[in-house]
Amino acid sequence: MSKDNNPEYHDIQALARFGHGSLKEARFLLLEIINVDMAREWLYAAPVSSAETRKPVPETALQVAFTIEGLRALQVDDEVIDGFSEEFISGMASDANRSRRLGDVAHNAVANWTWGGDPETTPHLLLMLYAKTGQMDDWNKIVEDHIFDQAFDIIIELDTLDNNNIEPFGFADGISQPAIDWEREQSTDLHRRDRFSNLLSLGELLLGYPNEYGQYTQRPLINPEADERAAQLPEAEDNQQLRDLGRNGSYLVMRQLAQDVPAFWQFMDQEAEGDSKLREQLAGSMVGRKRDGSPLVDKAKQPIEGIKTEGKSAELNQFNFDNDPHGQQCPIGSHIRRSNPRTGDFPPGVTGLLTRLIRILGFGRKHAGDDLIASTRFHRILRRGRSYGRQMSVEQALKPDAPRMTGGLHFICLVSSISRQFEFVQNAWAIGSKFGGIQNESDPILGNREPLTSGDSTNHFSQPDARGPAQCTHDMPPFVTVQGGAYFFMPGIRALRYLVGGSKTQDETES
Amino acid sequence: MTPQSTFMIVATVAEGQLDSLRALLEEMNSEPGVVDPHNALFPFARFERLHVARFFILEQLIDDVNTDLPGSPPRLVFLGDCDGPADNFIAEMAVLAGPQLRRIFEHCDDFIDERESLVNWLQSHNIKPSANYINWLGRTVVQVREEEALHRALSGHLKLVVAQIGRDDTRAIRHQLLSFVKRQLDSGLLTLTPSAPTPVCWWVKNMLHKFGVPLILLALLPVFLLMAPYFIFRLRTLESSDPESVERPPREHIQRLTPIEDHDVTNPFSAYGEVKPQLFRRYTVRFFLWLLDYAARHVYNRGHLTRVQTIHFARWVLLDDNKRLLFASNYDGSLESYMDDFINKVAWGLNLVFSNGAGYPSTRWLIKDGAEQEQKFKHFLRRRQLPTQVWYKAYPGKTAFDLDRNSRIREGVDVRQDNDEEIRQWLALIQV
Repeated sequence: MSKDNNPEYHDIQALARFGHGSLKEARFLLLEIINVDMAREWLYAAPVSSAETRKPVPETALQVAFTIEGLRALQVDDEVIDGFSEEFISGMASDANRSRRLGDVAHNAVANWTWGGDPETTPHLLLMLYAKTGQMDDWNKIVEDHIFDQAFDIIIELDTLDNNNIEPFGFADGISQPAIDWEREQSTDLHRRDRFSNLLSLGELLLGYPNEYGQYTQRPLINPEADERAAQLPEAEDNQQLRDLGRNGSYLVMRQLAQDVPAFWQFMDQEAEGDSKLREQLAGSMVGRKRDGSPLVDKAKQPIEGIKTEGKSAELNQFNFDNDPHGQQCPIGSHIRRSNPRTGDFPPGVTGLLTRLIRILGFGRKHAGDDLIASTRFHRILRRGRSYGRQMSVEQALKPDAPRMTGGLHFICLVSSISRQFEFVQNAWAIGSKFGGIQNESDPILGNREPLTSGDSTNHFSQPDARGPAQCTHDMPPFVTVQGGAYFFMPGIRALRYLVGGSKTQDETES
Repeated sequence: MTPQSTFMIVATVAEGQLDSLRALLEEMNSEPGVVDPHNALFPFARFERLHVARFFILEQLIDDVNTDLPGSPPRLVFLGDCDGPADNFIAEMAVLAGPQLRRIFEHCDDFIDERESLVNWLQSHNIKPSANYINWLGRTVVQVREEEALHRALSGHLKLVVAQIGRDDTRAIRHQLLSFVKRQLDSGLLTLTPSAPTPVCWWVKNMLHKFGVPLILLALLPVFLLMAPYFIFRLRTLESSDPESVERPPREHIQRLTPIEDHDVTNPFSAYGEVKPQLFRRYTVRFFLWLLDYAARHVYNRGHLTRVQTIHFARWVLLDDNKRLLFASNYDGSLESYMDDFINKVAWGLNLVFSNGAGYPSTRWLIKDGAEQEQKFKHFLRRRQLPTQVWYKAYPGKTAFDLDRNSRIREGVDVRQDNDEEIRQWLALIQV
């Protein structure tokens, strides 16, 4: 197998590599295709940003991703569609069983969503516009040209907020991200990654590359002899007879999470009985970081791979929870610990063959709850979300008449396996009522507070205390409401051309 | 200590009866995937010794491995795990729910008429597992319930105590809690039944097994050594040629399974498949199940099966002259995390047994690869999974880890810790 390890940045959409941090304005358009030919024409010529570095940094960017409905609207062959993952084909909202697993019930129920919850509001594609401050409207005008107008209906236009990386509750956001092993230098051997590493195989982000298991995730592979247009697609690394429609593409998960900022801070204030220090402490405990982003646990003794060892990011991210097994510094149920528990393939303390063997056989557990949480590297997501709505200070939020649900997060993440990455994190970790051995709680930020089917309530949050009895908070209201969502496929650039290319003759005249 | 035991009643569904049997079984559920423990058809909750139980139809839903094995008609399976001997329990069921069980099993071939003994019929259709796993040997349903009640009472009282005297004086807190428990026990509001004496007969048999099996293995060691080259040669040849059947399961199959998943914090898992056709594979799987059974009986009976701590009960049953294998378990969390544990924590163990199953992802040297091929393995499992139509667990909302914590809380009541750190750890177990 010939393998050229230079990243194909020209064929990867920029969003996989960059968060477009310098482009402070972003607008997400959820579109329905009303004229397939026009849509194809527009999409074929669309200036979609690639992941190559450019000097100077571009002042605008454009990314595009499709739902399964969108691919069907573009008349992509059923056979090709069948190569995508089951979750993508089935969609985020169309299956009540999936909704139950994701916690999209009660006030989060799909039926209440403003988009994505029914066929009328389910987009065909997502267009993501980014621009330097003040340039969004101009960029938007260029994007929405006369072909665009004939091709698409805008289902909903989602504006975002330049919030300097402070999410609506007031916490520094977007601090921790996996580092991607673009050059594919790291071993994916299952037996070489005992400790937590922040460096993630390229195949966890992009299809067509080995993932953390050293394997290629299922994706549509096309025989170029049967479909000549597929010749423009890259070869599949694991099967050179076939062309890889997935290569350099990702699944994109989007969820609109409305945040009830007054409810959040008023609850903290009530629990703290008006003491502003206690209020901050409790809120920080729930998030797992202080508001400025600093972690609640000490720096890791050994440097963690994939995280800078100096400067701000070292300060904010060079930590794991090995020295806080009971969650006495950072509660086990806190938001950041649930979403990224920073566990390795083995619990800490595996140093040689013997200790490893003891652990493999299930012995040598150091305390109750040891080795309960899955290895983190198989369940990472690359976050690309943006906040929206009105920014509100804590003081404003504490006023009794503060307006509710005025802002939130357009959560976006990129993964190569929706079920193993996003859905696992959401189900087993974020809303898991037994995560890490805790008792009937769900994520203090994201949890829907619905009781278990046994009737046991889950609206609690406990902070283990070295003195003995945990500090427990009860009767928490929900702070976040899911208002929309969908699973998308964000293709590589060549795959995009293939998907929208239409008939063979059209291709030839274009090239 | 009262050891748990298992039963598994299997009977062939009479021709033309499958649909009405399914409809009847569904009457036990309040909604698909959620059993009504007091349902009129089989009132699970009436049986105080019953931990978990399930009714499902054993049939090959995806017919994809060509092993020339003649098909088998659908069978009804009723299996469960109970405290004390299964024989007594089957008799108890026949007494307490005789008419109901007759109504269910009359859908099966060769069922008896009213004058004949139901107990005998059930006993004669009871199949023993080749390997059986119990999360915690001797933890009875009564104990689980009493310890849960104890935890709830302590939890309520700890809140009051902390409000009164704060959290600094651990000994004083503990003292108040223990006096509270004593008052509750005295007034009969709580009970903590002491463990029953271990049945002598069981104990003797268990000891004989514990020491007998290693002795047999030791005695057979020369034979094993002699056979090893052949074994390895044969294994490696088969490993390079055995066909895989690891395509994504059809959508209609997934749609049969997902509606009944993830209602409780625990899920049932039932999977059924063919053993690879070679005699070599049939003996290999028997041998490793025998070892597994030994390990589960004598080593892994204290809260974990190798690294996996989320399984309450599991069994492996060879059927049809070792040509088919049924795996049935009860695990905490969703299937995705169960499979994650399988792949990342105990792939080697799964490979030892299941690589002898037809269609399994290819292994190397029996323990390498196999389940480590994540996607193939997940598809393999799903393809062989059967819908568990009716599933009962005596303690909904509780994970194996919750039961373990409750037992540790109870231990702290039975035996007072001396050391301050231990007292603090004990107090930390109680939910406030």
